[in-house]
Amino acid sequence: MEILVCVKRVPDSAENEIEVKPGGADIKRDDLVYSVNEWDNYAVEEAIQIVDRVGGSVTVATIGNEESEEVVRREMAMGANSGLMLVDPAFEGSDGRGIAAILAAAVRKGKYDLVLTGAQADDGAGQVGGMLAALLDWPYASLVNMIEVQDKKLRIGREIEGGNQEINEIMLPCVLSIQTGINEPRYVGIRGIRKVASVEIPVMNAAALGLDSAGLGPAGARVKRLDYFVPPAGAGAEILEGSTDEITVKLIDLLKAKGGLK
Amino acid sequence: MAAQVFAFILHKDGKADDTALELAVASQKIAPGAAPVAVVTGAGAALDGVCQELTASYAEVWKFASDTLAYPNAEIIRMLLLKALPKGCTLLLPHTTFGMDLGPGLAVKMDAAYVSDVTAIDGLDGATLKAVRQEFNGQVCTHLACDMSKGAVVSVRSGCFQAGDPGAAGGKVVDKSGEVGELSGRRRFVEVLQAEVGDVDITKEDVLVSVGRGIGDKENLPMADELAKAMGAVVSCSRPVVDAKWLEKGRQVGTSGKTVKPKVYLALGISGSFQHMGGLKGNPFIVAVNKNPKAPIFQVASVGVVADLLEFVPELTEKIMAAK
Amino acid sequence: MQPALIAPANASFLGIPATILFILIPLVGIGVFAYIMTHRIAPLLQAAPDRRFNRYPERIRAVVKVWLAQWRHPRYLLAGVLHIIVFFGFLVLAARSTQLVVLGFVDGFALPGFGGAFGHLYNILKDYAGTAVFVCAVILAVRRLAFKPARYAVPERYGKDHTPEAIFVLGLICTLLVSESVFDASLVAAQAAQGQPTHFLSPLALAWFFRHLLAGASLPVLQGLHLAAYTIHDLAFFFFLCFLPMGKHFHVITSLFNVFFMRLDAGNVKPVRHGVDESKLDELKSFGVKKFEDFTWKHMLDFYSCADCGRCSDRCPANRVQRPLSPRFISIKARDWCFKLYPLWGRKPAESAALIGGIYSEDEIWSCTTCGACEQECPLGIEYIDKMVDLRRGMVDEGMVPQSLQKPLSALEKRGNPWGKMEKKRADWAAGVGEGCRVKLFEKGEAAETLYFVDSITSYDDRMQKIAQATARILCAAGVDFGVLGKDEKDSGHEVRRFGEEMLFQALKEHNTETIQAAEVKRVVTTDPHAYNALKKDYQNLPPVQHISEVMVDAIQSGRLKFKPDENGKTYVYHDPCYLGRHNALYDAPRQAIDAIPGIRRAEMSGDCRDRSFCCGGGGLMLFYEPEEEMRMGVVRVKMAQAAGADVIVTACPFCLVNIEDAIKVAGLEGKMEAVDLSELIDRHIQR
Repeated sequence: MEILVCVKRVPDSAENEIEVKPGGADIKRDDLVYSVNEWDNYAVEEAIQIVDRVGGSVTVATIGNEESEEVVRREMAMGANSGLMLVDPAFEGSDGRGIAAILAAAVRKGKYDLVLTGAQADDGAGQVGGMLAALLDWPYASLVNMIEVQDKKLRIGREIEGGNQEINEIMLPCVLSIQTGINEPRYVGIRGIRKVASVEIPVMNAAALGLDSAGLGPAGARVKRLDYFVPPAGAGAEILEGSTDEITVKLIDLLKAKGGLK
Repeated sequence: MAAQVFAFILHKDGKADDTALELAVASQKIAPGAAPVAVVTGAGAALDGVCQELTASYAEVWKFASDTLAYPNAEIIRMLLLKALPKGCTLLLPHTTFGMDLGPGLAVKMDAAYVSDVTAIDGLDGATLKAVRQEFNGQVCTHLACDMSKGAVVSVRSGCFQAGDPGAAGGKVVDKSGEVGELSGRRRFVEVLQAEVGDVDITKEDVLVSVGRGIGDKENLPMADELAKAMGAVVSCSRPVVDAKWLEKGRQVGTSGKTVKPKVYLALGISGSFQHMGGLKGNPFIVAVNKNPKAPIFQVASVGVVADLLEFVPELTEKIMAAK
Repeated sequence: MQPALIAPANASFLGIPATILFILIPLVGIGVFAYIMTHRIAPLLQAAPDRRFNRYPERIRAVVKVWLAQWRHPRYLLAGVLHIIVFFGFLVLAARSTQLVVLGFVDGFALPGFGGAFGHLYNILKDYAGTAVFVCAVILAVRRLAFKPARYAVPERYGKDHTPEAIFVLGLICTLLVSESVFDASLVAAQAAQGQPTHFLSPLALAWFFRHLLAGASLPVLQGLHLAAYTIHDLAFFFFLCFLPMGKHFHVITSLFNVFFMRLDAGNVKPVRHGVDESKLDELKSFGVKKFEDFTWKHMLDFYSCADCGRCSDRCPANRVQRPLSPRFISIKARDWCFKLYPLWGRKPAESAALIGGIYSEDEIWSCTTCGACEQECPLGIEYIDKMVDLRRGMVDEGMVPQSLQKPLSALEKRGNPWGKMEKKRADWAAGVGEGCRVKLFEKGEAAETLYFVDSITSYDDRMQKIAQATARILCAAGVDFGVLGKDEKDSGHEVRRFGEEMLFQALKEHNTETIQAAEVKRVVTTDPHAYNALKKDYQNLPPVQHISEVMVDAIQSGRLKFKPDENGKTYVYHDPCYLGRHNALYDAPRQAIDAIPGIRRAEMSGDCRDRSFCCGGGGLMLFYEPEEEMRMGVVRVKMAQAAGADVIVTACPFCLVNIEDAIKVAGLEGKMEAVDLSELIDRHIQR
């Protein structure tokens, strides 16, 4: 099975304290550290495991600049067979739809049976996988936490509310967005990355993908981020005072407002 | 002119999901005063009850009944909506696992904009919708501008648009089942495997009732279970509770346990050590209940209650049950 | 005069000279033994290199102390003393056995130098030695069969009980001793029966008893016994020789070598591959131990040498809390595996399968806290930490790292601390030091004589920051001119290395070495024993490194630190952190510092202190690991402290403090017992 996994380099919220620049134009990026989006990492591991079982190869693609190469190398160190960099100034500032269009072009340039994405990213909207599938007119399933390869189709599990699992059968070729926990991604250390440091990674720009730059970049984006701001948070807890009765009433109101009562 | 707003309704066991009312509230933020239309799909007699229930908050309820729609399969429903919805309309979805499955692809096929997981809507300015969503696990929020000129699919985070009274919109049910036609797709729903008890994945839960050493004894645990049940939450814990074998390892929040990203975290008798807080990400709304007013948890909590949880928790549970 | 009985060398069976048999037995015995040994040596020749042909004076000293003087044996008193008797008995009896073998074809043979008075003296000695060994063997057998010490038990997952093998060998030893005695006793009895002058038999020795038992026996019976005893001894002796390399009694042969080549340093970790420089690690195709042949030859020799005594596992904290690790079976399983891979006959399996998933499980190898209790105890100098680290290196290289450890490792790579906290907040704790004590920052270009290396947990954990603040105040009070690296400090990487992520460790080490050198200080001080051990043992070319307890003692002795009396009437116990105590032998400085507080009452967890200290649960990355265990090590430790009458546990390691404070809660002793760091205790009592 030929599998393409779309990955993204993101500031990992576990390793960063995200702060907003004065004015809110952007987050403070000086002290950020980046890594591969956690969900994408699970997707790559799953692709590698599928190929280990049924044969084929795994290609890891990312849209970005030279800096994004590190995440592709990391995924190649995990065991992906090849990488693909989609780089063009015209790509910058694209919205989810634009990103999906670029990836769709890359999928059409190759010969893939299965495309995997992460279900979401810390700085994203969980949309690219579904959009990509729609653009390709391939079937799609989100939040996939189990994949079994059958003849020309897959038996998949989707993680739904309450920890239940929705089982579906889906025809190939298809796009799946992968939920964390589907597997246990293997560890990649500095040594692994150095081993693949000199492997050539092909780069494709808009022209090579046969993409019209209209619809890409900020001009083509129908959804734009206006600013960042920090949700109001008190310094230290507001201690609820009063009788137990009064406190419980106040607390229930607060819980309701914050979505803590279902 | 505000385009027509539709809301896709999830329902279960003959009752509309809580998000149905929330979407009605959200639709008012986009088009105040406009009459939103609820879209309900399903099969069987129970569907009529759902539709009736919705007439209280929606001006119109479009009912699509068909055996193919018995279980909401995003691919099938996408086809249905593409046929049924007018061009350029706005569709609201709950940001649930179903909404995530349907929304992005539907937006592409409708050639509409897609805004996901909004937590607030500031309103419409011409054809531009201004909305709020969170990034980086809720560490920061962003304002978005969405060009609605060709329509939009907006998925809404549950719990963010507080429904008041269902109201009395006095809407009517329109049975559009006849317009459905043949629906078939390349993805087939097979079954839902129920999670086993103990299979709970606390990392995926939105609301956690977390117990610490302050629970005192294993015998007091049902107290937390009951509260969690009343809240629709799941019980998690700090390490000492696992060490005492009162709860299984999978429930432990902390650096040596699970990293959780809930929206609401109710910390009962948890002091809030560095190792525990290390497993709590995503800037949740933290409610701390602790006897010790100097417990470090109060420094990071949003709201604190200084009380003996053994007395406080049953009271709270009772009140929540009464309020239901 | 005719000899009282026909000697073995002159005897014949059915007209055939018995000498033929008595030459044949040793020839076959030695031949088989040589065959077996070549097969046992074969894997050692396939093994990874290990640099042990060095430091001969130290090695000879180790042999004299650990092997010859059996230094570690009395730590388990009864078994230890019995072993010492058997050991010396064997040494004495070796000469007698050799002589006996030759007597089968050279009548009247005596070893060179054993002819005259020395020979007589030796005979008395060997009579009593043999008797003592016999008595010990009986006691050992009774102990094994009737009293069944817990540490010999074989948990189900590790296979069958080892008692039959032990009893068989004890039986074999008794056979040798009895046959040797009967051989002598029958001759003397015959001499007496024929009125000849009798050879001297040491009173109350085995042979003496037999001689009296045989007093009334007829000559033919005595003759028969004489030859039979000889034959049995000869057969048993060579059977035993060939049986030794089959199991745990291989140590009889290998122990001398194993102790000679044993680990001479504590706290260090072996290089990835001996002979490959750290700068050339990239050239290695594979890291660590994945298959059996990846072990070094010394580590294989360890497996051969394990006597199955169970002391390592008895002291192993992981085993105590029922984590899936027992060091004893790390050795036993590897030995059995080796015997399968290198069979004495038949074909060797084509490929050496992976050890992880084969004989070891991932959790088994991650369960080790590298506390060193096992190595401290092993009477044979078997080492475990390097094997654990090597196996982990192999797992890391294959990507087999638990998810719970991947996050902190990634954060260490990116942020230099396992929690992914911001670098610029590393010295934030300094704001809480208080009036009158300023913490200099080298990152701001300030200069100082002493560098306080804080390390990650003490920098970021809000509870442990109090240790840093107390330390700063102590250094100020002692008049030390000091500073910290702040954002330029990264994790020492101590646990990173011990968890097998060598390349990440190298990166951290390189960074810290550069920044420490750039600070141009005269010494480095740290409160964290893991950092202390890393800087001392894993890093090179740094200024001298001291633990804060050494600085304290120095300041106390020179009068720069003075204390208010401790008047709260509490009893303190000191818990030795593994990396301060066992790995660095700093047992006394912390105790001296505590005892310098007037009126303080300090007790010891006797039997579980100093080099027998019990690990708190492990530091560094171990805080992130989710072990399978029945109980936490810290709880076991807290109960030991409780038994010692402690109100306060003093430790000198932030990880110990994390684990012990948690354990106090779990043990339900909150409010009854308290844990403090040495720095906090000293800081509270300084007379300012």
